[in-house]
Amino acid sequence: MNKLLTVSPSPHEYSKESTPKLMYGVVIALAPALLATIWFFGWAALLVTSVSVISCVIFEYLIQKFILKKEPSIKDGSAIVTGLLLAFCLPTNLPLGLVILGSLVAIGVGKMTFGGLGNNPFNPALVGRVFLFLSFPVQMTTWPVPKGFNTSFSDAITGATPLSVLNENYEKMPVDQIMNDPELSMPGYSKLFWGEMGGSLGEIAAFALILGLAYMLIRKIITWHIPVSILLTVAVFTGILWLANPEANADPLYHLMTGGLLLGAIYMATDYVSSPMSKKGMIIYGVGIGIITVLIRRFGAYPEGVQFAILIMNAFTPLINNYIKPSRFGEEVKNG
Amino acid sequence: MLKTFPKGGVHPPENKISAAAGIDVLPLPEQVTIPISQHLGAPAEPAVAKGDTVKAGQIIATSKGFVSANIHSSVSGKVFKVDKAVDASGYKKMSVIIKVEGDEWLDTIDTGNEHKKDITLNSEEIIRKCAENGIVGMGGATFPSHVKLSIPPGKHCDVLIINGVECEPYLTSDHRLMLERTGELVTGISILMKALKVERAMIGIENNKTDAIERLREFTSGIDGISVHALKVKYPQGGEKQLIKALIKREVPSGGLPVDVGTVVHNVGTAYAVYEAVQLNKPLVERVVTVTGKELEKPVNVLARIGTPVSNLIEFAGGLPDNTAKIVNGGPMMGKALANLSVPVTKGTSGLIVFREEEARRKETGPCIRCGKCITACAMGLEPYLLMSLTEKGMHERSEKEKIMDCMECGSCSYICPANRPLLDYIRLGKATVGKMIKERKQK
Repeated sequence: MNKLLTVSPSPHEYSKESTPKLMYGVVIALAPALLATIWFFGWAALLVTSVSVISCVIFEYLIQKFILKKEPSIKDGSAIVTGLLLAFCLPTNLPLGLVILGSLVAIGVGKMTFGGLGNNPFNPALVGRVFLFLSFPVQMTTWPVPKGFNTSFSDAITGATPLSVLNENYEKMPVDQIMNDPELSMPGYSKLFWGEMGGSLGEIAAFALILGLAYMLIRKIITWHIPVSILLTVAVFTGILWLANPEANADPLYHLMTGGLLLGAIYMATDYVSSPMSKKGMIIYGVGIGIITVLIRRFGAYPEGVQFAILIMNAFTPLINNYIKPSRFGEEVKNG
Repeated sequence: MLKTFPKGGVHPPENKISAAAGIDVLPLPEQVTIPISQHLGAPAEPAVAKGDTVKAGQIIATSKGFVSANIHSSVSGKVFKVDKAVDASGYKKMSVIIKVEGDEWLDTIDTGNEHKKDITLNSEEIIRKCAENGIVGMGGATFPSHVKLSIPPGKHCDVLIINGVECEPYLTSDHRLMLERTGELVTGISILMKALKVERAMIGIENNKTDAIERLREFTSGIDGISVHALKVKYPQGGEKQLIKALIKREVPSGGLPVDVGTVVHNVGTAYAVYEAVQLNKPLVERVVTVTGKELEKPVNVLARIGTPVSNLIEFAGGLPDNTAKIVNGGPMMGKALANLSVPVTKGTSGLIVFREEEARRKETGPCIRCGKCITACAMGLEPYLLMSLTEKGMHERSEKEKIMDCMECGSCSYICPANRPLLDYIRLGKATVGKMIKERKQK
């Protein structure tokens, strides 16, 4: 019995959860949406996604190795998630050079300048996306019409997203008419649900995004608080607008299923690093994103506002973490 | 719906490998090492010297002060020396070392196996018996029981809670005790009720021990005031505050005691020890210890004399497997790793767990990804990630405001952290510093 024993403080039992497992869990959750987008936009979607993921990983490696001079941590999978999410908010016909530039900004500016994983105040993928959006507005708002595998990479026929059509026509005619105008060819609920509409790569197929949400909830990668509070806020806010004036506003369901809302609420706003950590904080953050999204969509210059809304609330995250505390055990004595 | 505590908690693999192993009586060792401090509070004062002959049950160190406990010899034999010896904490503590000769008990102790049901003593006498016989909390905290039973003036207790939760993975000693000493345990509970002058006692047991729940229900069916409650399996339900919340929905205030919300919690092991102390006049000189591990040849629950070297228990369970890397005294969540197998079993030793190489090592630590899982897991509603980082930065005043002292060190945060961050290690460090700060402030 003269063995050398390991002595360490408790606990001596650890869960099997790990950072890479969580990150790859998000990757798995994004798989249905990737398959759906390949189905609708063809191989170009896969090409853009691959370029984005590979360049994010390479940039992370190079910056860690040669600029920060520390052990590269690309195995944790966080750069892959950033790459996927960045690709998911780009149009499929975006020139690949811009995809690479976006990845550099996402990883280099959005993540590494702050010290890498765990320290970035903003969602890196959104930093990349907003940079591209503000610098190359034309390329970033030219979406191909979904034509399945026939969609060629340089497809000249480009369509608008349902939200941009709405935004352009709110002043011109009642919403009813916009929806039914054959020239505008607005997609109905079933097309929105299955993904047959113009839009960025990963935001089109509602069912695939919801499938991923279900997976992440079951695997306990995220909790319901952020996505549900965002979606509920958007539904309530747009519902009020719609009830007050149905002629000038799309109904809540249409709002929920269009644009990047589902993608943003499920995958972007829930980014661990840039979202609040307590349940109460998560709800405040979600409600904030919901309100800002609707304000931008309905009253702002852009047809879509979810990305800006998330970035704005990202900026409030440290404040929320600081002031919104979980209720401590034994703090308020309620005895029954 | 099964009752449970609402906030936080984790569910580690239960691994109750030894659940079916009946309690075996461990053969007497050749020598026992009995530390004079096996309880929270002041160490006892040695009452014997080298060369003295002692009988089992004889006092060898007397309680010093109210929050302290008597220490009795667990064997008969000759005092070999009174000296410092390493105990399970890894520190050298004053101990009485006795060479075992035969097995002779004091005449005043009833060593028969008959279940004595009639309670003749009154409240004060019961509390005195507990104090005389060195009864301490056997769930692990080893708080002297007579102190818990003496309700401070101005306080009121209306319900006794009996902790049969055994929420730590692996451990099965309380489980076996509930199954095999049911009658005596129930008498022990009645004695505690009488001591506290309460009409009601609630026994909380996690639902992974359905046989114990049924057996206790059967034994308490004819007794007024005692009820048995099945609880959802969730760690750390055996924590006093969590168990009180689960059973009677009262929340012990921060920094407060159970008696502040009208209750007192005792472990099933303690209730059994109280039965022996009051009905048989038998001091706390032996306890049930689970000896378990995935590679162990024969995981067992043994009744061991206090002071028996840990190595004897492990030999009894088939000896150390070759790939052993760590031995934990207590449960895997809160127990202490042993450096040395000659340390003795004490009043608080609930189990010994033998871990293999691959289970013993901590995984590599990564950066905090701010997932908030530690906050979700914390049963006290704290923010472990924040307490760790405040401690790292030396911001102890802020830690105090963030309620670092409420941490009960259950380990759920470190358990759940996907980046394997040493959250509890830092929190312990922070608690020690903040505790010192509070003490100094009080002295001023």
